[in-house]
Amino acid sequence: MKKKIVNNLSQLGPLIGLIIIVIILGFTSDSFFTMNNILNLLRQISINALIAFGMTFVILTGGIDLSVGSILAFGSALTAGMLASGMDPMLAVFIGLLAGLLMGAVNGLIITKGKVAPFIATLATMTIFRGATLVYTDGRPITGLSDSFSFEMIGKGYVFGVPFPVILMLIAFAVLFFILRNTIFGRQVYSVGGNEEASILSGIRADRVKIWVYSITGMLSVLAGIILTSRLNSAQPTAGTMYELDAIAAVVLGGTSLTGGRGWLTGTLIGALIIGVLDNGLNLLNVSSFYQQIVKGSVILLAVLLDRRSK
Amino acid sequence: MNDQNLVKMSEIDKSFAGNRVLQNVNFSVQAGEVHALMGENGAGKSTLIKVLTGIHSRDGGTITVKGKDVIFSHPKEAEKQGIVVIHQELNIIPHLTVTENMFLGKELSIGKTGILRKREMQTQTLESLKRLGVENIPPNETAGNLSVGKQQMIEIARAISTNAEMIIMDEPTAALTDREITSLFKVIESLRKQGVSIVYISHRMEEIFQICDRITVLRDGQYIGTKPIKETSFEAIVKMMVGRDLGERFPERSSVIGDTLLEVKDLARDEWFEGINFQVKEGEILGVAGLMGAGRTEIMETIFGAAKKSKGQVLLQGRPLDVTHPRDSIRAGIGFITEDRKDEGLVLNLSIRENVALTNLKAVSCGGWVSNARERDLVDDLIKKLHVRTTGRDQEVKSLSGGNQQKVVIAKWLGIEPRLLILDEPTRGVDVGAKKEIYHIMNQLTEQGVAIIMVSSELPEILGVSDRIMVIHEGKMAKVFKRGEADQEKIMHAATGGE
Ligand SMILES: Nc1ncnc2c1ncn2[C@@H]1O[C@H](COP(=O)(O)OP(=O)(O)OP(=O)(O)O)[C@@H](O)[C@H]1O
Ligand SMILES: [Mg+2]
Repeated sequence: MKKKIVNNLSQLGPLIGLIIIVIILGFTSDSFFTMNNILNLLRQISINALIAFGMTFVILTGGIDLSVGSILAFGSALTAGMLASGMDPMLAVFIGLLAGLLMGAVNGLIITKGKVAPFIATLATMTIFRGATLVYTDGRPITGLSDSFSFEMIGKGYVFGVPFPVILMLIAFAVLFFILRNTIFGRQVYSVGGNEEASILSGIRADRVKIWVYSITGMLSVLAGIILTSRLNSAQPTAGTMYELDAIAAVVLGGTSLTGGRGWLTGTLIGALIIGVLDNGLNLLNVSSFYQQIVKGSVILLAVLLDRRSK
Repeated sequence: MNDQNLVKMSEIDKSFAGNRVLQNVNFSVQAGEVHALMGENGAGKSTLIKVLTGIHSRDGGTITVKGKDVIFSHPKEAEKQGIVVIHQELNIIPHLTVTENMFLGKELSIGKTGILRKREMQTQTLESLKRLGVENIPPNETAGNLSVGKQQMIEIARAISTNAEMIIMDEPTAALTDREITSLFKVIESLRKQGVSIVYISHRMEEIFQICDRITVLRDGQYIGTKPIKETSFEAIVKMMVGRDLGERFPERSSVIGDTLLEVKDLARDEWFEGINFQVKEGEILGVAGLMGAGRTEIMETIFGAAKKSKGQVLLQGRPLDVTHPRDSIRAGIGFITEDRKDEGLVLNLSIRENVALTNLKAVSCGGWVSNARERDLVDDLIKKLHVRTTGRDQEVKSLSGGNQQKVVIAKWLGIEPRLLILDEPTRGVDVGAKKEIYHIMNQLTEQGVAIIMVSSELPEILGVSDRIMVIHEGKMAKVFKRGEADQEKIMHAATGGE
C-alpha cells in the first residue's frame, strides 16, 4: 500500500516541476497569467505535444523515432500541394494523414522485418523523407493554399474561445490515454517494451505492435504538420527540423523510461507543457534566444537528475 | 560466546516499504563448515544474504565478522573481509568474454597504468575453470553464447578465485547439469578442507544431506532454528520450513487416460534434434528426461511455434497443427511454461496483474477494451488458487521471491484453460511445499482431461509424477518408459547414450 503512494509521488515530480516554473514566471512577468497568453501558449505546445504523444508509444516499446520532423514536412508539403491544386480540403487532409501513417509503417517495417535498430532506421528515414520533401517541393515553400474555411479552421480557428489546435491536442490526448490504459493494444505496448521475448511467447505479435506505434507516430506528426501549414498558410520544406528533440525531451521530462516498458502519457503532456512554458516565459522576459537554449537544456538535465535521485 | 563464528548475525530486522521480511533473525556460520540456509520461497533467505553483504541496509540487529561489529554499505566492503556471494540472479555480462567477466572490477594491469595484462588474466581464468572441472569452457568465448549452466560455473569460478573465507551460494545448482553439480560438490569439499565456510541455499533436499554440516531454517522471515544435519531428517526439515507435516512428496494420481491429443511425427529442427515421435493422451503426464542441452527445450519450443521446424508433423486431435507464432498455439489451447522465467516468462517491471493478463487479454476484454473487473477477478482467483505470496495483485513481479515468480508464470497459463500444457523445468527454484502444490495442480488438470508434457532434470520428480517417460539424448529419442518400468539408473543410462 505504502509503495503505491511513493510510486504516485515520484509520478508527481514532473507536475511539481511545472508548477514551480509557472509560479516563478507568474511572479516575474505581468503578462504571463493573462488568458490570452495562456491560450497562446497552449496553442504553441499543441504541435510538439501531438508528436510527443506518438513518441511516448514508440519509447514505451523500447524504440525511438528520429524521423518525425521529416515526416511532418513531407506530409505537410503533400497536403499543401493537393490543396494548391484545388483538391477538397478534407480529402487532402485525409490523404496527408494516411501518408503519415504509411511513412510510420515503413519505419516499423524496417525495424521489425529488417531488424534494424530504431535509432539507425529512423536516422536513415529522417534523411530520406527530408530529401523526398525537397524533391517534391523543389526546395521552395508551397503557398497559395485553399481559402476554404474548414482548412483555415484547423490552425487558426477557435471553438468557444479555445484555439482549435488545443482542442485537437486534447482529443488526441484523451483517445491515446485510453488506448494506453484500457485496451489490449496498450497492454501490449508496455509488455513488448518490458520484455519482448516473454511477450512473443505469451502470444503477442510484437512486430505488429511496433509497426503500429510507428504508424501512429507518423500520423500524429503529419497532423501536427497540417496545423502548422494551416497557421502559416504555407508549407515549408524545412518545417519540423529538430522537432524530434523537443518531442523526446517532453517524453523524458514526463518520466517515461528510454529503455521501454515504463511511462505514462500524462507525463508527456506535462513535459510538453514544461518546454512550452519555458519557451513562452523566457520570451516574455526578453531573454535572448541564445540563453534560452541554455536554460532549456539545463532544466531537462535537472529534471532527469531529480528523477534518478527519487528512484 | 563462540569464537569459532566467522560471521554472526543477531536479531536482524528488515522491511520493504512497511512489509516486514526479516524479523529477529539469527544466523551464524563457523569457519570451515558448509551451512545450509533453508526456507520456503519468500522466507527471506536471499534478503538475509543481501543484508549481510550490504546490498540492503538493515533496520535492526547486529552483524559481527570474526568478532568485530561491521556495517557494510556495499558488497565490495564485504568482499574485502573475505565474504563473496554467488547471487540467485546471474551477474554475467553477456557480451563480454569469460575472462573479462571473471576479472570484472578487479582487472590485472601493469602497475597502475591501466594497461591490461590479458595473457595473465587468461591463464588464471583457465586455472580456476580447471579447478572446477570445466576446462571445456574457452576463456575467450563470449559469455552470452554459453549455456546458463556454464555461465553459472563462471560465477562460481569467479567467487572461488578471490581467496574468500566465506562463499555464499544462492541456489547455485538450479541451472547445472549433473556433471557440473558433481564437480561443484568436489570443489566445495576441498574448500571446506581449506577452512573456507560455505553458505548453501537450495531447494533440493538431496543436496543438503549430501554436502552440508548444519542447517538454519527461516519461515516467514522468522528464525526457526539451527541444527546439525546429522540430527535431522527430510521430514523434520520440511516441518521446520512449512510449519506442518506435508505428507507424501508426490500426491496420488487419479486421472483417467483418454484419447490421443497430441501426436508428433518425425519432427526435426536443423542441427537441434531429429526423428522425434511421440504421443500424449488426454489426462496423461508425459515426463521428458535428458541431460541439459539434449534438445528438450528446443523440441518444446518447436511444437509451440516459437521456432521453425525443418521436418515432420504435429497433429492435435488428429488434425495438423500449423503454427508459425505462439499465438496460434495458444488459440489451439496449448500453454507453454518456459524454462527461464526472467527472460521468457515474465515482464519483470510489470505487476502480477498485468503479467497474468498477458496471455488472457482476449478473455478479460471486450472489443479490444480491457475490463478492469474481469481482469481483477481472473487474477485474484489465480493468485488464490496457486497461493502466490504477495502484498496484492499490483505488486511488481520483480520484487517477488523466485518461487512466487514461478507461480505467476503458471498462473498466466492456467488462465487460458489449456488442453495441452507444456512445462519446462516447472519446479526449478521452487520450495518443497510449492512443488507439491504444482504437482497437485498438474493432477487437477489431468483429472479434467488436460494433457501434460513435463520437461525436468530432477529425476525424482520425473519418476514421481509421469505416466510415461521419454528420454532424449543429443537431439534424438533414446527411450520411452512406462510408469513403473523406469528407475533413476535406467533413465541416466539412456540419457547418457547407453543402450
Ligand atoms: N526489493 C524488494 N522490494 C520489496 N519486497 C521485496 C524485495 N526483495 C524481496 N522482497 C520480498 O521479501 C520477501 C523475501 O524475499 P527473498 O527473495 O528473500 O525470499 P527467498 O527466501 O530468497 O525466496 P526464494 O527461495 O524464492 O528465492 C518476499 O516476500 C519478497 O517479495
Ligand atoms: Mg532467494
